[in-house]
Amino acid sequence: MPIRVGNRARGDFAHAAPCERGCPPYDAALRAMSAETLTVEVWRGAATGAFQTFTVPRRLNQTILDVVTEIQRDQDPTLAYRFACRVGMCGSCAMVVNGRPRWTCRTRVSEAAGTDGALRLEPLRNFTVVKDLAVEMTTFFDKWRDAQGFFEPARTPAADFAVVPPATPARKAADEAIECIGCGVCYSACDVVAWDRDYLGPAALNRAWTLVNDVRDTAREKRLAAVAGDSGCQCCHTHMSCTSFCPKGIAPTYSIAGLKRALFWQALKGGGK
Amino acid sequence: MTPVLFLAQRLSAAVLALAVAGHLVTILYAIRGGLTAGDILARTHGNLAFFAFYSVFVVAVAFHAPIGLRNVIREWTPWRGGSLDAALAVFAVMLLVLGFRAVFAVYAA
Amino acid sequence: MMRASHKQPGFLAALLHRLSGIALAIFLPIHFLALASVLNGAAALDSFLAVTQTPAVKASEGALVVALATHMTLGLRILAIEFFDIRERTVAVLTACAAAVFAVGVAFLLSAG
Repeated sequence: MPIRVGNRARGDFAHAAPCERGCPPYDAALRAMSAETLTVEVWRGAATGAFQTFTVPRRLNQTILDVVTEIQRDQDPTLAYRFACRVGMCGSCAMVVNGRPRWTCRTRVSEAAGTDGALRLEPLRNFTVVKDLAVEMTTFFDKWRDAQGFFEPARTPAADFAVVPPATPARKAADEAIECIGCGVCYSACDVVAWDRDYLGPAALNRAWTLVNDVRDTAREKRLAAVAGDSGCQCCHTHMSCTSFCPKGIAPTYSIAGLKRALFWQALKGGGK
Repeated sequence: MTPVLFLAQRLSAAVLALAVAGHLVTILYAIRGGLTAGDILARTHGNLAFFAFYSVFVVAVAFHAPIGLRNVIREWTPWRGGSLDAALAVFAVMLLVLGFRAVFAVYAA
Repeated sequence: MMRASHKQPGFLAALLHRLSGIALAIFLPIHFLALASVLNGAAALDSFLAVTQTPAVKASEGALVVALATHMTLGLRILAIEFFDIRERTVAVLTACAAAVFAVGVAFLLSAG
């Protein structure tokens, strides 16, 4: 979805005077929208707390991040939330919007709120809440480490650069899943993470799969063992929420299926446990 | 679920895919016009093919059902660990015993 | 508000798969005991079968047959995704599964009379 930089003529800066060039459709839309407000329920507190309701004017091309920022800057400076790049690159702004985990900078109010203008903002599910909309990411990244989701080079440097043709099946499999930025949306969406706190989760397993397919990596056995525990890749039940909601279009379900296959054949041939 | 349990679960699933397909066809054929013990026994008595088929069926089920239940119980209840595994092993043995008893009963009765 | 992950078709499939599996696991020992009652003579099994002719039991039998068909078709979907790396269009696949289960259900109703 293309990001449109704010365009005054299109009415993005609603606090300014209506379009100076006098574009009737935009003026009308802007006036109509300015008369509308959004009713925004925001989670306040940590593990226990309550929803607090704010009213925010509805504006053209508004994103959920715009809404949260307006609340925090103009209405309640004690509201805690995260964002960084605000253009869909870093994944810091992920939270649950009307029941669905997504990036707030990439979610238009028009898409999420519907005609009644009701929004409910909650911190990501399956994470420990630090405060309001900000969550503790440590467990998420610990599981990344526990799944051996990091590259292990050879003990001695190779004589020359590794040649990895992009069209090989292993590299294609890795490339399909490599764009993960660790935003946590998939982990938040996963029901098995909610049911089994030890489950490594889709992001960590997806990263492990990319490394299993990396021909330069030297820790394949260790990595397969890492994802083979009682709360490892075999616990995925193919609900596919991770794949549905991943903002990068990655399919952790299929990466996890690849890990399952690798371990299946390994177990069948009698290796590993 | 460990890789070994996963292996047993998926292999037994593959076996059951064939067994259940056969069983469903048999059920739908056999229940036409009502079903009596005589109907069942007429087919199964002394029939080695049925005996072998249902024996394989029983073994596959004895692996597949307890491992499946293990996932459900571990995820939907607080019960996990050695006591759960032991209880499910008992359930597996029970399925084997009752299953073979039933297979034998309709073969030999 | 229902969480979005519970509105996913894959979740519904997994839930049906799980619930049908539980029903079958509970039913199976009863099934084995009923069949083995023939050890006491065919009459014992017949009297059991006579008991099962009530509409309520017939409906339960139909439900079990549907549960079996559901568990199998959804299980085949899992095997396809896990072992054959099938990239599915989930809704289309689940519709096909539902159609197969419906066919089995109808066949049962027609056969059972």
